[in-house]
Amino acid sequence: MKRIITLVVQNRSGVLNRVTGLMHKRQFNIESISVGRTEQEGISKMTFVVDVEDHRKLEQLTKQLNKQIDVLKVTDLSEKAIVARELALIKIVSNAGVRNEVQGIIEPFRASVIDVSKDSLSVQVTGKPEKIEALINLLRPYGIKDTARTGLTAFSRGSQPQSAELTQYSLLK
Amino acid sequence: MKTEKTVTPKKSAAASMQTGADVLVEALIEQQVETIFGYPGGAVLPIYDALYRSEAEFEHILTRHEQGAIHAAEGYARVKRKAGVVLATSGPGATNLVTGIADAMMDSLPLVVITGQVATNVTGTDAFQEADFMGITTPITKHNYQVQSSYDIPRIIKEAFHIASTGRPGPVVVDIPKDISAKPCFETDQSPFHLPGYHPTFKPNPIQIKKLGEALKKAKKPLILTGAGVLHGGGSDTLKKLVERFDIPVTSTLLGLGAFPGDHPLFLGMAGMHGTYTSNMAITDCDLLINIGARFDDRLTGNLEHFAKNAVVAHIDVDPAEIGKNVPTHIPIVSDAGAALQEMERQLESGPEDHQAWLEELHYNKDAYPLWFNNPPEGMTAQWAVKKIYEATDGDAIVTTDVGQHQMWAAQYFQFTRPDRWVTSGGLGTMGFGFPAAIGCQLACPEENVIAIVGDGGFQMTLQELSVLQERNLPVKIVILNNQALGMVRQWQEEFYEERYSESLVSCQPDFVKLADSYSIRGVKIESQKDFEEQIGELMSYNGPVLIDARVIQQENVFPMVPPGRGINDMVGVKP
Ligand SMILES: Cc1ncc(C[n+]2csc(CCOP(=O)(O)OP(=O)(O)O)c2C)c(N)n1
Repeated sequence: MKRIITLVVQNRSGVLNRVTGLMHKRQFNIESISVGRTEQEGISKMTFVVDVEDHRKLEQLTKQLNKQIDVLKVTDLSEKAIVARELALIKIVSNAGVRNEVQGIIEPFRASVIDVSKDSLSVQVTGKPEKIEALINLLRPYGIKDTARTGLTAFSRGSQPQSAELTQYSLLK
Repeated sequence: MKTEKTVTPKKSAAASMQTGADVLVEALIEQQVETIFGYPGGAVLPIYDALYRSEAEFEHILTRHEQGAIHAAEGYARVKRKAGVVLATSGPGATNLVTGIADAMMDSLPLVVITGQVATNVTGTDAFQEADFMGITTPITKHNYQVQSSYDIPRIIKEAFHIASTGRPGPVVVDIPKDISAKPCFETDQSPFHLPGYHPTFKPNPIQIKKLGEALKKAKKPLILTGAGVLHGGGSDTLKKLVERFDIPVTSTLLGLGAFPGDHPLFLGMAGMHGTYTSNMAITDCDLLINIGARFDDRLTGNLEHFAKNAVVAHIDVDPAEIGKNVPTHIPIVSDAGAALQEMERQLESGPEDHQAWLEELHYNKDAYPLWFNNPPEGMTAQWAVKKIYEATDGDAIVTTDVGQHQMWAAQYFQFTRPDRWVTSGGLGTMGFGFPAAIGCQLACPEENVIAIVGDGGFQMTLQELSVLQERNLPVKIVILNNQALGMVRQWQEEFYEERYSESLVSCQPDFVKLADSYSIRGVKIESQKDFEEQIGELMSYNGPVLIDARVIQQENVFPMVPPGRGINDMVGVKP
């Protein structure tokens, strides 16, 4: 099962190595990582999407992460109502002829064109991974030159619904 | 682990011109460090110079290999319940420590390991004697630091000792680039440390202890399993009181031996792969298993499908990640074992109401299926020799071992009646551990008898430390149970590889007596029971180091045994 786990960490050297090394040692598959600073100085936040076999393994993972000296907080967001986003940049082959067409495709995704050259065009899109996947698929026929994705980042919503309603908010069924 | 005494750091000759290394030495004094095990080299020259100039009364033990230093520090830490300190140079000095760091991590021993590193201006250039020691040790340390500025040294050293010796103890590495220790240091961070991500739980949740009390009352077949956590938590006395008050039988892991007296009527012997039949059957049949400070390691549990299937499992552990890791747990108790035992003593008013039949069954098993071995008239078995050492010393000794058959026999036949007298490499199973560990034990406890029971294989991995015995005249008694084989490997080849003894019979070996002699150490070779019996008493009480080359029968196997992959109830070699 896929889980979204966020870590609040002290931004000290080696902390990312410690966390990913631990996951590697205990055989957890990391699907994506995103790391960035927080509003607090010296504190960073990491968001992991990991593939975990079962609940016992998941418990091991969070406990082992909690044990790390520079890890301040571990949160498993998977069962919460969350806001989760990923950003992708997609560069496709294009010429003046197809630009309008592409505009039409990306509009419903609220994506935007961020760079244009003689023979290429770059699009920026934000959203859940499925949405990004869908846009990439639609753009594929034009010829994709390059993509760059940030990996998922997430946090819990301001108010949490009753657990019965959760599934509709949950990102990972 | 904390001592009250405060020491005012002595100023080095030119206090105003302190180097980073001087600051380090002061920080070590503040931590009440008495003994450092180490080996010098380029990247730690400034630190060795600071030690030389310091007026502090450190004892620096120069081992003859860094591995010897770290195993000695482990032995020291184990019997002194205080962090062992190791110092080594960058690159090869540091990598020679890796085995010991991993060993200490597995067996939860508090160590502060200080390594030199190449200077910051060449870090990352594959400079001479550069090894990425942070990268190498991240998976095998409780925590590690690379010092970025001498300003941080006092804080980092405080943190390192605190982390190493609290909660679940473990090794902490502090890697110090040469320029940082060499250059003058004008300002240091003397603020108390701040570790917002580290709050080990010490006291148990009283509600959980209450639950345990209720389960105990109802239990008809209760059993306590002790692990090294009881020793770390200093819980042995409380445990004994509780056990005697409620008549609860006790078994132990390898590392927990001595937490409860080995000669006590309620003690069933060690459990696990080479445990007693009584202990393993007790785990299989019990209806309440109270694990105090053990981590349900696979050498204890055997195949988990057959482990304690009939039991309500209570698990007291200072490390929450151990609870439920291998064995589903009904009553989890995150706590220091000593604190949990005290809370049990405070809360529990009555014990099991109806467990007489259980006690009788266990006593019957103990009588009917004791540990056993053949004792042929010709030659000598290692089991017999261990028994004789036990008798000759009245069990009053600190015993260290290496890894192999002799280790299991020492665990089986030497009964530990007090805590912190048994020092062995359990989790990592490190050959070469026993002898240097004994050096550390003897330095920690100069008045005690220290015996290193080792195999001829493992002893040859770290025997260079004989120099330390010679130099300091440490009265360690080395008993080589010499079967001219890598005995445990030979046993597995006999049992599971149709006697194909691939690289395990080693008849070519040094003359150990001459070897001892060359270090001016008394060496004795003993080949018969008669000689052993006649000499062992005198040898054990000899006022100085002794090396005994005890020739034992090669073909002996450690029994009983749980074959790999089987449940612990499925033992071979139980007394017929
Ligand atoms: C460093 C290391 N290498 C290899 C092993 C594998 N091993 C486990 S027991 C053993 C044999 C030990 O032989 P010896 O020291 O003579 O002791 P004995 O079993 O004969 O008592 C070996 C090779 C180990 N535990 N540690």
